[in-house]
Amino acid sequence: MAGRIPLILLACGSFNPITYQHMRLFELARDHMHQTGLYQVVGGIVSPVGDEYAKQGLVSSQHRLAMARLALQSSDWVTVDDWESRQADWTETVVTMRYHHNCMVEKCWPSTKATPPEQTLASGPSQLKLLCGADFLETFKVPGLWADEHIEEVVGRFGLVCVSRGGLQPERTVHECDLLHKHKRNIFLVREWIRNEISATEVRRALRRGLSVKFLIPDNVIDYIREHNLYTPTSELKNKNIKLRPFTKQQPVLD
Amino acid sequence: MALQQKTKVVLLACGSFNPVTNMHLRMFELARDHLEDTGKYRVVRGIISPVGDAYKKKGLIEACHRVEMAKQATENSSWITVDDWESQQAEWVETAKVVRHHHSELLSAEQNVDEADTVKTVKRRRVEENEDACSSADHNRPGAPELKLLCGADVLESFSVPNLWKPEDIEEIVGRYGLVCVTRGGCDAEKFVNQSDVLFQHRKNIHIVREWVTNDISATHVRRSLRRGRSVRYLLPDRVLDYIQDRCLYSAESEKKYTDVILAPFQRYTKNTE
Repeated sequence: MAGRIPLILLACGSFNPITYQHMRLFELARDHMHQTGLYQVVGGIVSPVGDEYAKQGLVSSQHRLAMARLALQSSDWVTVDDWESRQADWTETVVTMRYHHNCMVEKCWPSTKATPPEQTLASGPSQLKLLCGADFLETFKVPGLWADEHIEEVVGRFGLVCVSRGGLQPERTVHECDLLHKHKRNIFLVREWIRNEISATEVRRALRRGLSVKFLIPDNVIDYIREHNLYTPTSELKNKNIKLRPFTKQQPVLD
Repeated sequence: MALQQKTKVVLLACGSFNPVTNMHLRMFELARDHLEDTGKYRVVRGIISPVGDAYKKKGLIEACHRVEMAKQATENSSWITVDDWESQQAEWVETAKVVRHHHSELLSAEQNVDEADTVKTVKRRRVEENEDACSSADHNRPGAPELKLLCGADVLESFSVPNLWKPEDIEEIVGRYGLVCVTRGGCDAEKFVNQSDVLFQHRKNIHIVREWVTNDISATHVRRSLRRGRSVRYLLPDRVLDYIQDRCLYSAESEKKYTDVILAPFQRYTKNTE
């Protein structure tokens, strides 16, 4: 790994709840980035979105953080960070990235398991890239969800590592979007060969119907959900008919 | 009271389990939910039965490892168990014989229900509590649980492969015992049933479980990733991964095992017809 660029992968999302699929994203992305021969992945961060995001069925960030921490207890490189969820209002992904980039530069990370670059053979300044699934890439196309200058900064300044999931064609999304196409070289597309459609939505659906979710999410997360009676028909109604915060925050004039 | 009419079911899964993955384990969970949702069944136990080494499938590592990995994987399950009877037979055993063996075990366990010394392990005890909780609720004691073969749609499809199955074995499995088939993405289980006369005849004994969340983790994919030094974490339980890594179980070398060797069933049935 001598002479490689140290890289930290940041995943933003609801993690409502965290599933094995989320955890697989990190493993697949790390393998892929190592294969480029250019990077050494030194750490991963899971950053659950704050409650103000107002997504339907979003349970309290306190629980989502606790579940993510339990799930990643056994990982020696991926950690959970609560900065984003502690903010008073929903924060744009780019703002979260700026915060973590700053921590990285100033080496003042509160909660990282990342190997300090001086202890690795990697050299040069560390980089931070956003780790996402192909469904996330699709959100760039949703009108009013992203500010153009934010996409530009996320993709141009930092970079994306995108893991493709069955059905979705990330290459096409990049091709069809001028902004993404412009920063093509900063977008790493990782192909997942097995179809693994475990989604948090499906997990919540099974839970409120009383069906088993064992082997889709870690046992200690299942115990936590049961203990706190987290996902029920009632919890799924939370934020129903409420506009997602990004829509109201970025387009106040339209309202 | 509704419990009284419920039929107890034990699910048996036969296969290579080379290695066991989260998908194998999910099949049990999905099948149990499905059967219990019908209101007619109570699933009291699951059995994983890894095939013996004499099956000679390409890349098949020793049964002792496959059995141990399955045990590690089900350590935290309250109802899924592992049985090594099949893997300990000197010759490859037809699935119908494995089903028969476990069925007679269930019958004799039912007869010796008061004998405490049949309890061998903690898991056994846990599973039997499961079974007892059920039987104490029904005073009629309708007898031993039914045994059903749990499989993926690929097994249903394999019924039509020439010389892989004896027709009378298929008849016995679906007619006398029953099948629970979990369909993975793309496979059309209903089509296979419709296309086979014997399956169609016993269609009431074939339970098709639709898996809505495609979770196509195959053991072949896991072995391939391991050989290539790629991560397989979260595709199988951490304990199984540790077991594999400690012993360097899957390599380019291990994958060459039984290359160009004819699969035991083909060998046996082709010989018979000659």
